[in-house]
Amino acid sequence: MANILAVDDSPSIRQLVAMTLKGGGHTVKLAENGIGALDIAKHYAADLVITDVHMPNMDGITLTSELRGIPEYRYKPILILTTESSPEFKARGKAAGATGWIVKPFDPSALLSLLDKVL
Amino acid sequence: MSDDMDMSEIHDIFYEESYEGLDVMESGLLGLGIGQPDLEIVNNIFRAAHSIKGGAATFGFLPISKFTHGVETLLDQVRAQERSVSEDVIEVLLESVDCIRRMLDMFKAGNVPDEASSIELKQRIDTILALPSGGAMKAASNGEVSEPAELKQWTIQFSPSVDILKTGNEPLRIFNELRALGELKIVSDISKLPDIRIMEADSCYTQWILILDTDAERKRIEEVFDWVSDQADIMIECKESDIANSQAQTTPIAAALELPSSEAESAVAVGASSSNGKNSSSTKESGSIRVSIDKIDALLNLVGELVITQSMLARHADGAVAGSEAQGLKDGLLVLERHTRELQESAMQIRMLPIGASFSRFKRLVRDLSQKTGKKVELKLSGENTELDKTVLEKMSDPLVHLVRNSLDHGIEKPEDRLTAGKPETGTLHLSAYHEGGNIVIQVDDDGAGLNRQRILAKAIEKGIVSPSEQLSDDQINNLIFQAGFSTAEAVSDLSGRGVGMDVVRRNINDLGGRIEVSSREGKGSRFKIRLPLTLAILDGQLVKLGSDVYIFSLLSIVETVLVSPGEVRKVVGNGNVYRLRDDYIPVVRLRDAFKLRCKDSIKTYLERDGELLVVVESDGQRIGLFVDELLDQQQVVIKSLEENYKPVAGLAGATILGDGNVAMIIDVPSLIKTLDIAAITSKIEDFAA
Repeated sequence: MANILAVDDSPSIRQLVAMTLKGGGHTVKLAENGIGALDIAKHYAADLVITDVHMPNMDGITLTSELRGIPEYRYKPILILTTESSPEFKARGKAAGATGWIVKPFDPSALLSLLDKVL
Repeated sequence: MSDDMDMSEIHDIFYEESYEGLDVMESGLLGLGIGQPDLEIVNNIFRAAHSIKGGAATFGFLPISKFTHGVETLLDQVRAQERSVSEDVIEVLLESVDCIRRMLDMFKAGNVPDEASSIELKQRIDTILALPSGGAMKAASNGEVSEPAELKQWTIQFSPSVDILKTGNEPLRIFNELRALGELKIVSDISKLPDIRIMEADSCYTQWILILDTDAERKRIEEVFDWVSDQADIMIECKESDIANSQAQTTPIAAALELPSSEAESAVAVGASSSNGKNSSSTKESGSIRVSIDKIDALLNLVGELVITQSMLARHADGAVAGSEAQGLKDGLLVLERHTRELQESAMQIRMLPIGASFSRFKRLVRDLSQKTGKKVELKLSGENTELDKTVLEKMSDPLVHLVRNSLDHGIEKPEDRLTAGKPETGTLHLSAYHEGGNIVIQVDDDGAGLNRQRILAKAIEKGIVSPSEQLSDDQINNLIFQAGFSTAEAVSDLSGRGVGMDVVRRNINDLGGRIEVSSREGKGSRFKIRLPLTLAILDGQLVKLGSDVYIFSLLSIVETVLVSPGEVRKVVGNGNVYRLRDDYIPVVRLRDAFKLRCKDSIKTYLERDGELLVVVESDGQRIGLFVDELLDQQQVVIKSLEENYKPVAGLAGATILGDGNVAMIIDVPSLIKTLDIAAITSKIEDFAA
C-alpha cells in the first residue's frame, strides 16, 4: 500500500485515477497541475507520482524535472499518464527523469498491476 | 469530494468539464486571428481538445474521442505552426465544437450518437489535413518483422550509468519485468564499486549480465529497457547469433561473480525508495470545489434565519435593557450585527457568478448571425466581471439571446444601407453589465436603424393593441414591442421571429423580479436596459401598512407613489376604479379589498387627511395603482417561500419575518394583476377615456 500523488487537470480523470488507486488499497493525494503537485510534494513524501503531461500553469514534464530536484523525490518512480504518444514528448519525459509512460486511455486493473511492478 | 464516488458521478464530472472545455475552445477560436494566431490561445484550445479526447477515450465515449482526434491533429499542426489559420480552419473547428457538444448531449441523455452525424465534418477535417502545408501525422507503428516464437537464450549486458537510480528506475524492477518473460539468471559485476569512503549511497556502481530463456521477441526485451536505454549501455544478444557480430564491449567484465538472484536483488536495494509508514487518507484538491446548489441554499436559508434572529435581539436589547451591565450586552450585539451582515454577504457571494462566461457565448452567436445575414457587426463587451446570482444568470440566457438576435435582425442595417446613411460599414453591438442603485443592469446597445415608431404604431393598431385615437408618447410607442402578439417583421425571419416575441422576454425578466425598458433614436440605434435584483434570496423591499399588518413590495416593481385626493378616483362601469396619472388612466385597487382584510381599527389614513396613498406598480407593461394605508421604511428582507412552508397563494410572492418577529407578506405584482382581473378594467378605460 503506497502513498501516491496523482496529477491531472481533468477532474474526471483525476477522480477515476483516485478511485482506481484507492480500490487498489493505496492512499492518494490529488493535484490539478504541476504547481499544485509541487505544493503538496513540499510536505508530503509520496512513494510514487502519476502525472498528466498537458496541464495549465505547469505541465507534467516540467513537474517531473522539478520533483527530481527535491531530495525526497529524487528516486521515487514518476509515471506519466497521458494521451500524448509522440516520440519527442516521450524523449522529453525521459530526459526530465520520468520512470515510465502510460498512454491513455488506461485500463484500471492494468494500471494497478503496473504499480505493483514499480513499487 | 467524497471517497466513494461511483462511475456515473465521474461521468457527470466529465460532461461538465467537457462542456467547459468546449466553451474554452469556442471563445479561443473566436479570438484567434487569421494568419498569425496567438500561440497561447492555440495552446489553450489544443489543451481543451486534448482533455476532451483523453477523457472520452478513458470513459468509453468512443465516437467523441475518435472525432476529437482529428480536431486535435489539426490543432496540433496549427500549434506547431505547420498550418496557417484560415477562415476555413476556424469554421471547421467551430462546427466541430458544436458537433462534440451534440455528441456529449446525446451521451448525457443516455443515447449513443451515430457516426453519420459527424462523418461529414470528419471528412472536411480530413480534407484539410490532406492538403499540403501540413504533413499529415504518421501513424506511430514501426513495421518490424516479428521473430518466430521459439525458446531462445538471450544474453543481456546491462551497464547502467551511476545516475540511473535518480530517475526512479530501479534495476530490480527491470529484472522483475524480464522475469515475467521467462527464466532469468542474473550475474552481478561489482568490480566498479569504489572505495567505501567515497561511495555514494544513491549511485549505482553495479553492472549486470542477464541470461534470459524466453520465447518473447527481441522487441519485447528491448521494450523493458525502453526507459533506461539512454542511461545505460545495453547489449542484447541471442545465443545462436554470431559472437563476432557483437560490437566492441565498452565495459569489459573483469570479475563476474555468479550470484543467486536474491543477492543480486539486495545489491540494488541501495538507495531504493523506502516506503514510509505515513498513512494519511485525506485527499486534497487545490483551487475550487464543486458543491451542490442545495447545500448552498440550505446555508443561505440558515444565514437568513440568523439575520432575523439578530435583528430580534437588537430590538429587544434596545428597549429592555438598561444599566451599566447593559453596555457589554449592547456592544456584543453590535459586533454580532456586523458579523451577521458580513456572513450574509459572503454567503450570498457563493451563489454569485461573473456574467463574462455567458457574455462570451455571444461572440459565436454574433459571428454566425452576421455571416448568415451578410451584415458586418462588431461585438463589444464590458463589465464581464459583474457578478450575478447563478439562477438569475441562467434564466437571463434566453432573453439575452433573443435581444441580441433581435438587434442583429431588425436593428443593425446591411453594410450598403449603413454606408448610404453615412455610418461606418460595420455596426456595433454593445453588451454591458454594471451596478446601478443596488441593482444589476444588463444593457444591449446597437447603433442600427433604431425602432421605427410609425411601423410599430401601425402594427399595434392593426393588432388591436391600441386604439387609433390614442395619443402615445415616443416611449410608450417603443414599449409597445413588449406587448403579447406583437411582431413587426413582415415575414417570420429565421433569426428572431417565430412567435416567441419580446413579450416573452419581458415576462422572463419580470419573473426574476426585474424590469426591461427600451429607448431608441431613429437612425441612431436602440438600447435595451434590463434591471435585475442582485439576488433572488433577498429583496429590497418597501414596507407598507394595511390595517394592522405589514406588506412588502419589491422596490423594483414600484414606479412611483402619489398622493390622491378622494375626488380624483373615477368609477368605470362595473367595479373598476381608475385614476388619471398625468396623461394615462390607470386601474386602481384598494389592497384592503383585494386581500379582503377586515380591519377593526378605523381607517385612519390619508383619506381623512389630504388624500390616499397610491403606490403605482408595473409588471409586464401594465401599470396599476394600489391604495395602501401607510408607507413604512425600505429594507432588505429575506424571502421565505410560502410554497414550501404553507401553500402557494395568488398575489403573494412569499413572506418574511420582520425584526419585531412579525410575519409580513411580500406582494407579487404580476400575479396580483392576474388575480384582480385588471384586464376587465383596462378594457373599460378605453370607453371611459373616449
